[in-house]
Amino acid sequence: MGFRRSTRGDRPPTFTFADLLDEAISGIVQRPSRTALTALGIVLGVGTLVAVLGLTTTTANQISQRFNVLSATEVLVKAPEDTGGDDGAGSSRSLLPEDADDRAMGILGVVNAGTFRTVPADFVGKISNTSVDPGGYQDIDVVAATAGFFDAVHPTEVQGRVFDRGMQERADRVVVLGVNAARRLGISNLDRGPAILLGGVPATVIGILGDTERRPEVLSAILIPMSTAGDLWPTPAGVAANEQMLVDTKMGAAPVVARQVAFALRPDNPSALSVTAPPDPHALHDNVAGDLGQLFMILALVCLVIGGLGIANTMLVSVLERTPEVGLRRALGAHRKHIALQFLTESGIVGTIGGLIGASVGAVTVTVVSVTQGWTPVIQPWAFLPAPVVGTLIGLAAGTYPALRATRIEPVEAFRR
Amino acid sequence: MTRPGAVQVAAQPVMALRGCGLTYPGETPVHAVRPVDLVINQGDHVAIIGPSGSGKSTLLNILGLLDRPTEGTYELTGIATGELSDVARAGLRSRKLGFVFQAFHLIAHRTAEENVMLGLLYGGTPRRLRRGIAREALARVGLSHRVDAVPARMSGGERQRVAIARALAVRPALLLCDEPTGNLDSANAGAVLSLVGDLNADGMTIVTVTHDTAVARRAGRTLTMRDGHLTESGRPQDTWLGTGHGIPS
Repeated sequence: MGFRRSTRGDRPPTFTFADLLDEAISGIVQRPSRTALTALGIVLGVGTLVAVLGLTTTTANQISQRFNVLSATEVLVKAPEDTGGDDGAGSSRSLLPEDADDRAMGILGVVNAGTFRTVPADFVGKISNTSVDPGGYQDIDVVAATAGFFDAVHPTEVQGRVFDRGMQERADRVVVLGVNAARRLGISNLDRGPAILLGGVPATVIGILGDTERRPEVLSAILIPMSTAGDLWPTPAGVAANEQMLVDTKMGAAPVVARQVAFALRPDNPSALSVTAPPDPHALHDNVAGDLGQLFMILALVCLVIGGLGIANTMLVSVLERTPEVGLRRALGAHRKHIALQFLTESGIVGTIGGLIGASVGAVTVTVVSVTQGWTPVIQPWAFLPAPVVGTLIGLAAGTYPALRATRIEPVEAFRR
Repeated sequence: MTRPGAVQVAAQPVMALRGCGLTYPGETPVHAVRPVDLVINQGDHVAIIGPSGSGKSTLLNILGLLDRPTEGTYELTGIATGELSDVARAGLRSRKLGFVFQAFHLIAHRTAEENVMLGLLYGGTPRRLRRGIAREALARVGLSHRVDAVPARMSGGERQRVAIARALAVRPALLLCDEPTGNLDSANAGAVLSLVGDLNADGMTIVTVTHDTAVARRAGRTLTMRDGHLTESGRPQDTWLGTGHGIPS
């Protein structure tokens, strides 16, 4: 860029790169407060960029973790073709065996498993709490479930109790109410052993589900043991029973369980069952990161542009203020390119410093936010390491126009001021 | 071809103007410097005196390669400067010319030594030699003890001596002084003028532009500038300068 090259062949100029750095650094340190303000724009821009990228990665990772904990450990088995055939008893034959829960629990990696199906409303009839509303409801779902189903949905609030295998085997006429169903039926207290009528059949309410981690729709339903439902409302032949099995697995075991469960339940006809495995968590992670990343990247770029404009504006003011100095340098023999290089180097250095500080500020921001939220901070190297270079490039770009303006300063004009 | 009244000196010319003038174009062109012939020899100390707006500073800018004449030729140490590129002119400025300004033009946050070194920065002096040369120059102007002082902590006279040292450091063929005592009190002005006189006595070729007759009287030769016209005044003691009166109207 013109260092150590002769202009006339008599004595070569010796304006070296070290000289350029000396002059640029001297120009920067002569006004520390202005330099700090100039760098602040880049600090904010790069800091926002790093923070946004870091937080995007962190939140995506967090979402992915949440997904892993809940969805990634869930396998759903359906019997879609369960229209059944006549089993000789005048009712539909389920594609899931009676000991389906035990079979599923035998698979390595399965933590809980439970079978459930929604009983058609017209089978049940009106549902009522006779002491409150003798009219009753027909729009409250009745879900027949095995005892293992409660473990699989991860109930977090339970008033009273849920039914167990004994109740299931005895086909006790007991029900567990979802909290919304209980509210509609006017039941909030189990101290007096309340009962409801299911199509005229009394059933004792033994518990109320306040909340669950999975299948929140059960909070609006009435749960009854699968065997009891079978006794009360046998599914007619030719009508789909629509039984499903919810399998709760250990972390990472879901894909393997999904491949094995159909064989465990129906070794004679595994293809009759439809198994839904969790989606690939990496794909979900990437999708979430991509969606958030595009949004926040625009925000970060806006910040960078604002930071760059700040540098350009401050450098331009600096050039105007330093007109006499530029004029002096030109009088002493500086070429226009020396002047341009000096201002470009100054803005580049300020941009680099701003980029370094901004990257640190961004990293600290990601860490603080993550710690506050209880997340694991994740900053990809590609989002952090190039930040100083980004600052340098913005500094150079922002300094180009002021540098060009500086080269147009003529010594004579400068000395007249 | 020499114009009437031009000064002709045969020996060792440092610079020569031939029909050199500068006109600012416009609806009404301004003739800042009318065509002038002038030769200044090695060791001359020439004062150009004139009232404000007479064109003397414009002439100094031409001599300092800071402005281009619109007519005529200007040779500096035998080099015709008319066709030189901006880069070549900058190179000549850095190696052949020294500037001393009325306003000193020192960089405020740099020490005296660094300000002097700035004069060497663009002129081809190797980096390793600059500090030593700067110290020699500061010693020459009597500021050995002030090498680390910044301009804000120096008197006006000291600042001007730093500026002179910066000019001396490049060993210029021609030292151009523009109102060198304009911002100084009489004591400091006297010291600076003595220094300039000493430099001339050592063989330095000096052109001083001033409106101060006391400054002009120190020169060996005086030229008067009026309305862009340059005329020879001769030796100060033989002219109106010797009367101690102001510039004649």
